[in-house]
Parts: sequence; C-alpha cells; structure tokens
Amino acid sequence: MAFQVFVPFCPWKVLLLLVALKCSEATSNLNESTNATARHEPNVRFAAASSEPDEKISVFALDYDYVQIPYEVTLWILLASLAKIGFHLYHRLPGLMPESCLLIVVGALVGAIIFGTDHKSPPVMDSNIYFLYLLPPIILEGGYFMPTRPFFENIGSILWWAGLGALINAFGIGLSLYLICQIKAFGLSDVNLLQNLLFGSLISSVDPVAVLAVFEEARVNEPLYMMIFGEALLNDGISVVLYNILIAFTKMHKFEAIKPVDILAGCARFIIVGLGGVFFGIVFGFISAFITRFTQNISAIEPLIVFMFSYLSYLAAETLYLSGILAITACAVTMKKYVEENVSQTSYTTIKYFMKMLSSVSETLIFIFMGVSTVGKNHEWNWAFICFTLAFCQIWRAISVFALFYVSNQFRTFPFSIKDQCIIFYSGVRGAGSFSLAFLLPLSLFPRKKMFVTATLVVIYFTVFIQGITIGPLVRYLGVKKTNKKESINEELHIRLMDHLKAGIEDVCGQWSHYQVRDKFKKFDHRYLRKILIRKNLPKSSIVSLYKKLEMKQAIEMVETGILSSTSFSTPLQAQRIQGTKRLSPEDVESMRDILTRNMYQVRQRTLSYNKYNLKPQTCEKQAKEILTRRYNTLRDSMRKGHSLPWGKPADTKNIRYLSFPYSNPQPTRRDLRAEELTDNSSSDSDLSFIMFNANSQTRPLQERQLTQEIIPMKNLNRGGKPSNFGYPRSTSQEERVGRGRWAALRPKPLFHAVDEEYESGAESEEEASTIGSRWSAEHRCRREHRRSHSPLLHKK
Amino acid sequence: MGSHSSAVARIPDADDIRRETGFSQASLLRLYHRFRSLDRNKKGYLSRADLQQIGALAVNPLGDRIIDSFFPDGSLQVDFPGFVRVLAHFRPINEEDTRTRDPKEPEPLNSRMNKLRFAFQLYDQDRDGKISQQEMLQVLRLMVGVQVTEEQLESIADRTVQEADEDGDGAVSFLEFTKSLEKMNIEQKMSIRILK
Repeated sequence: MAFQVFVPFCPWKVLLLLVALKCSEATSNLNESTNATARHEPNVRFAAASSEPDEKISVFALDYDYVQIPYEVTLWILLASLAKIGFHLYHRLPGLMPESCLLIVVGALVGAIIFGTDHKSPPVMDSNIYFLYLLPPIILEGGYFMPTRPFFENIGSILWWAGLGALINAFGIGLSLYLICQIKAFGLSDVNLLQNLLFGSLISSVDPVAVLAVFEEARVNEPLYMMIFGEALLNDGISVVLYNILIAFTKMHKFEAIKPVDILAGCARFIIVGLGGVFFGIVFGFISAFITRFTQNISAIEPLIVFMFSYLSYLAAETLYLSGILAITACAVTMKKYVEENVSQTSYTTIKYFMKMLSSVSETLIFIFMGVSTVGKNHEWNWAFICFTLAFCQIWRAISVFALFYVSNQFRTFPFSIKDQCIIFYSGVRGAGSFSLAFLLPLSLFPRKKMFVTATLVVIYFTVFIQGITIGPLVRYLGVKKTNKKESINEELHIRLMDHLKAGIEDVCGQWSHYQVRDKFKKFDHRYLRKILIRKNLPKSSIVSLYKKLEMKQAIEMVETGILSSTSFSTPLQAQRIQGTKRLSPEDVESMRDILTRNMYQVRQRTLSYNKYNLKPQTCEKQAKEILTRRYNTLRDSMRKGHSLPWGKPADTKNIRYLSFPYSNPQPTRRDLRAEELTDNSSSDSDLSFIMFNANSQTRPLQERQLTQEIIPMKNLNRGGKPSNFGYPRSTSQEERVGRGRWAALRPKPLFHAVDEEYESGAESEEEASTIGSRWSAEHRCRREHRRSHSPLLHKK
Repeated sequence: MGSHSSAVARIPDADDIRRETGFSQASLLRLYHRFRSLDRNKKGYLSRADLQQIGALAVNPLGDRIIDSFFPDGSLQVDFPGFVRVLAHFRPINEEDTRTRDPKEPEPLNSRMNKLRFAFQLYDQDRDGKISQQEMLQVLRLMVGVQVTEEQLESIADRTVQEADEDGDGAVSFLEFTKSLEKMNIEQKMSIRILK
C-alpha cells in the first residue's frame, strides 16, 4: 500500500469518478425512460407497462424508476464512504480539517452531478424525513457516546452555557438582523421580526464536535472537552424547540397581535417542552434497561431493544409536542449505564458500531442534500443580509462565550482560562442541523426562504472550511508553546519521564468529585436501581468455552508474532558497548533523537477522546499490552534466577499482578463481576487483571486441567461483605516450576471494593475508575471484543 | 461528607501536615479520602499492594518506580503524612509562595529543586546521588518500545550521560541533572492542577 500514501488522491479519485459516472449514467437513463414522477410511486412500472401496448416481450429492459430512490441514496452513501476512505488514507488530512469538510465537498459534487445531468426529480428532503428518520440517529449517537461522569460534573456550566448561549445567540442574531433589515437600502424590509428571530434560532445551532477530531492530539483538557461536547448535545435540542415555538408564533398571529402573555406562554412552553422531553427519555431509558435484564438467552435482539426504545422515546415525546431530541438524549444517557452491564459483548459492540453507522449515514445524507441545494438555481443572493449574518454570528458567539463564562467562572473551582474560552468561541462551527432547519422553513410563511437558505449555506461553508481548517493550528498555538530549537536527548528523555510521572501521580490522586448530590444518587443507584435493572444470572457455559477458545487463539497468535519471546529482552550485549566518550556525529545524534521520539511510550491520556465519525482503535491498548508483557517477562526472569519476592526489590521486578486465565468458583454473580469491571460503575481502582479477570470470570468448570492450570484461591470482598473465591490459574509448566508456594504466599489482598461499600471511598474511586474509564472503557471494550483474550498471555509469576 | 471542619478533625496531625506541605484544607481532606479508599483493609497505612491496585499505574511504564517513590528507604508501609508528603511535590507553585517565603525556612516541598530531586530519585535507584549509565539505560528500557534494539538503547544511554556529564565521571550528579533541565518549565510539568 506504500504507493497509495504517496499518491493519496488518485485511487479514490478514480473510484469517485467511477461512481460518479455510474450516477450520471443512472440519471441520464432516467431521462430517457418513460417517467411519471417516479419518486413516490414504486408501482409506476406497472402503470408504464400497461400504458404502452407491448408488441413483443422484451428480453432485456431497463426499469429505473422502480429503484430510483433507494438506488441513488445508496450510491450517495457509497460515494461518501469511498471519499472517507480516501480521506483517511492520507494520514495527515484528518488532522488538518474536520471530516465535515469532506462530506460537504462530496455533497457539492453530487449536487453538481445532479444539476449537470439535469435530473428531473432528485430525492428531496422534506420535514418528515428529516425529523423522523435522519435526526434521531445523530442525536442518539451524541447522547450515547457522551462520557457521563465529566458531563454530570460540569452539568451546571454546561446547562448554563448551552442553554443560555443558544438563547442569547438566537435572539441576538435575530434582533440585530432585524435592525439591519429595517435599513431600506438593503431591500430587506419585508422580513419581519419573527422571521429574523427564527432565522437567528436556526443559525445559532452549532456542531462543535465536528472539529474535535482536529485538535484531539493537542490534548484539550477535560472540562473544555465536556463543554464542547455538552454544547453540541444540548444545542440541537434547544434550537429545535425554539424553532418550533417560533414557527407556532408565526402561524398563530400576525406580528402586531402578539401580546406579552403569548410571550410568557412561549417561555413556559419552552421550559415544559424541555423538561418533559427529558422526563420521557429517562422513563424510557429505565424501561429498556429493565428489559435488557432478561435478554440473556436472545442476545441478538439486545441492540434492537436499545434502538427501538430510544426511537420510541423520541416518537412518544414528539407526539405530545415535547422535545424529542432531549428525550432521546436523556434516554441514551440513562440507558447506557445499565444496558452496558446487561448486554453481551457482541451486543455492546454491535450497538456502538451500528449507532456510529446510522448517525454517519444520516449526516452524510443531510450533507448531500445540502450539496444538492447548493448547486442549483434556487438561490437568492443578498449581499447585505449574508455578510451581516456572518458577522453577527461571530460577534454574538464571542459575546455569549465571554459573558457567560465570566459569570460561570465565579462559581467554578477550576475556572476556564481565556485560552479555553477562545477555543470554545472558535469551535462554533455550524453543521447539518442549521441547514436542515433552514431548508424546512415553510415557504408559505417565509416568502424569502431562498435568501435564508443561501445565507445559511454561506455561514456553514464559511465556518466549516475556514474555521475548521484553522482551528487546529490555533489550538496548537494556544496550547503547547514549543521552543523552536530542538531539545537535546536529555531533555526529551526527561520530559517524557516527567510526563509519565505526572500521569502516574494523577492516577494515584484519583479524580475528585465535587458534588454531594452525585454521591447521594450513587447510593440510591446502588441500593435500588441496580438491583432492579441489572441481571443476576450466570452465563451459560457455552460463553465460557467461547472465551477460552478465543484466548487460546490469541495466545497462539501472540507467540507466533514473537511478542512473548524473551529474546527481545536479552541481557545487554557487553561486547558491543560503546566505550568511553566517543564523539558522535550530528547525524548519529539526530538519529538517536529520532529513535527516541518515535519509540518512547506515549503518556496515558487522561482526557477523553471522541471522534464523531469514527470509532478509533485504541493504540494505547497495544502499548499497554506491551508494557505488561515486559513486566511479566522481567519478573519471570528474575524469578527464574531465584530472587526473592519483589517486596523490597529494585524497580522493574516489582509486579505481582495476575493476568491470567480467569477461573472461578461458582459463587460470584456475574453482575458483581461485571460491575467490578465496568467503568462508570466499577468502584475500585481495579487492577487491570482483575478487570479482565472479572469480566471473564464466570462459572468455569474446574476440570479445565488440560491447560495445566493451577488454581490459587484468592479472597475477594464481595457485595455485602461476603468473601468469595476466585482462582487464578497458571499456565505453562515453567511457572509451576517457579514455585507454587511462593505465589500462594503472595496471595494478594482483596483487590476489590465491593460495589456497595462506603460511599465516601466508593465515590472517589468510582470516578477514578470511570476516568480510567473513558480511556479504559475503550480498552476494556477492546479487550472484551477480543474476549479478553490477551489475558492468558500476560502472565505473571 | 459532613462539614469540612469536623471531617478535617479526623485527620491526625492535620495542622502539622498542612504546614509542612502547604495543602489547603479542602485538598487535604480529599487526599485523606483518597488515602482511605486506597487503604482497602483499613489498616491505617498503605502498602505496595494497595498502590499496585491502581490499574492505570500498571500500564504506566514507570509505574513501579512511582510506587517505590512512596516508600522511601525501603520501608513497606506509608502512612498518611508520608503519602501527602510525596504528593506535595506536585503542588502547583504559587507566585505568592515564592515571594513571601522566609529564606531561613526549609524549601517548600513543591519548590523547583525539590521537584527535580523527586524526578532524580526515579532514575537513581541505588541512591548514590548519581545517575550511572546503567541506571539511565534501565530507565530507557522501561520507557521505550520493544522495537528498539539493545545496542541502540545503550548508545542512547551513553549519549544522554555524556551530554549532561560535565565533570567527566561517567555519571550524572544531581547538579548536572538540574543544569541539563534549566530551560525546562519544571514547575508546570511537575504540577497537578487539582492539588492546589
């Protein structure tokens, strides 16, 4: 694949062209075949067939109308996917521009093709399709992938910022534009206040997560990350609620007849709609969590339950004119915690990936519709309106950011710096949401709809391309001030050491919770909710044997790829030692520096990582595996040399961590174990092994001796203080030789906090686990996906 | 959690600790809770096993050494004051601290020198006050991935010692170590925000 890196655009350009050709061929075929507004009538083929007298049976005929819509939609999605593949092939691109840029370009391309081939009836987005089918997946994905602990920790700031920010932006932009419209010279005086306010509300809907990927590696700090995420999450909901209220106003009265009581009613409605939606979401979340408790026999329908209930919450809320978006968000957030524990591993993975896929498809389609409407004749360009819109968007966003954060900083323990605020300001990139709302403006109420659409498109293009591309450098400039000259090898090494040290000490400190409400909720949660909503049963042994099979397979793989061979860590080759103070040429030094930079282990990232378009494979997992393997090896070497046990020994041989085939006696309930393992709920700084162990630990029959495993019982503090025994099998004969007695003597102390224990301690360690968590949840999920198959490899002696 | 004052009263020697480390009352309380949550059996002290349970440290390349740094002089237990003392090194340096400090008093634990000393002892395992080439090599081995060969590591270790070593004894003393890092912003690198 090397050549593709150097010539990144060619392959996918070719593919693009191919697909485009197919597209245009399809559309031109459409023009040729007899056609009777085929769009909504799949039965047209029969009509067409019957309207023409057939003299003979045609052996080969073309019927495009029948498949037109699904065919074109599929082609578009495929085109966007191919473009994404090409985008990611050139590895530097994703760091340069947000992926929405790409989607917009693809959309414009499709739009150009459709326009160029004079397509008579392209599929068009209408209100139903958008609100019922395209929007829910996007919102669901946002809500599901939101990290709950940081969200709730910052919820005050997030609500304050997202809620008030959206309102300030909407009304600010609306009012300013209204004032501009009053100026006769621009020819806009027929746009009244309500229309301007409505436009303000739809243009203030931002999509900042689109740019998160761009400055991801600059390691934005966690609260900032959460603000951006939280804003994206709540913003859509608030804009749509506002939009609907204002549309209701527009339909209801003539402008002059609006009384103050109507405005009050509007505000009350806003609050009710919002809170009602959230309430519905929570209720549905609990119901679906409860149902997943019983699905262990038919795990194939678990994803279905998750999706259907979320969608149902959306629809139910919409029925009552409540905010479906907030409902589905609340449902996802509530459901996630319990569902994750109840569903099987495959279901969990399926849910994650399917959600990403659905939301990605939705967004692609919206951007394509946007592209289609960009390239077309239905524009109305009004210089004044558009320029002022752009200007006001930026101005009002700046005002709202700085004003609101100034206030909220007074109440925060760790206030946001000006740099953070600048980043938040600059990440106000508009996205699919604004376009959809603009596109769906009813033409009857908005005679100048085209102008609005044009203005929205301009704002979107401007923010996505210009802000999206420049935000990366901006963040890097604001964040890391690197010295221009290169650091010496000394400095590099020491810097990295200090980074690791700092990360380690941060882990020792754990995460600190600030809210008593949260602690109380957790108590309530543990005592009541979990008992109702989480499964009790033990898994069947078929799952157990499946895990075992996969562990063996992974073990074989690892040995074959040489990771476990001890030759990589051989003792220093004395013979080749460079003696004394040999003068090294600058190139040597350069290459040394290169080696160091490239090969040093990355510091564990504590900040979250979320990519809207992608579920990134966790590269840190590979690193973690390597580190643990090495520790195992050094420990094994030292044990072989007959050293005493590591307590009080020098550094590298200290680990006694058990990462091995999980093995257990029938007691511990899966729920307890899964509870230990999982992030947000795991209340312990569980050791990696125990996490893996626990997740796996089920009732294994004790007769799995064929792997020559030994069991070393271990005590565990269980829920309610009942001890239970876990066995740690040791595999490979070498380990047996080392001395079982030693390990028995080394029986580690109980390593878990039972989930129920004291909450003051539980609370903090829970957060720690969940912070390890956002990072680790991915690792754990990956591990679970591999069926915790590398656990047997990372043996300790 | 109750009101702060009554909770702080539960911490033994709270005032002494605060004076020595400079932590605020709130931070001290949080650290105490953290200490107690790490101390699984409520022994009143932490052993190595307790710290090893912090999963994230297991995948930190320097995890073992970091844990060791909590147990100075080969002891097997660390009590709360000891725990806090180590963490005090990572307090952010406050501007007012440096200005109003009485020069006759010992340096606060989070001074630049003390931070550097803390980092130094991560390298210097045998506590002889110098980082030998072997010790540098050991640290390098811990921190670098498996793809790098042993010879490369050795030459890098050699070069590192060479760069910093001024008096030619083949090892890096603490002063030489400090000198090689004089341009670096240690105060920021080795400070943890939440430990204010």
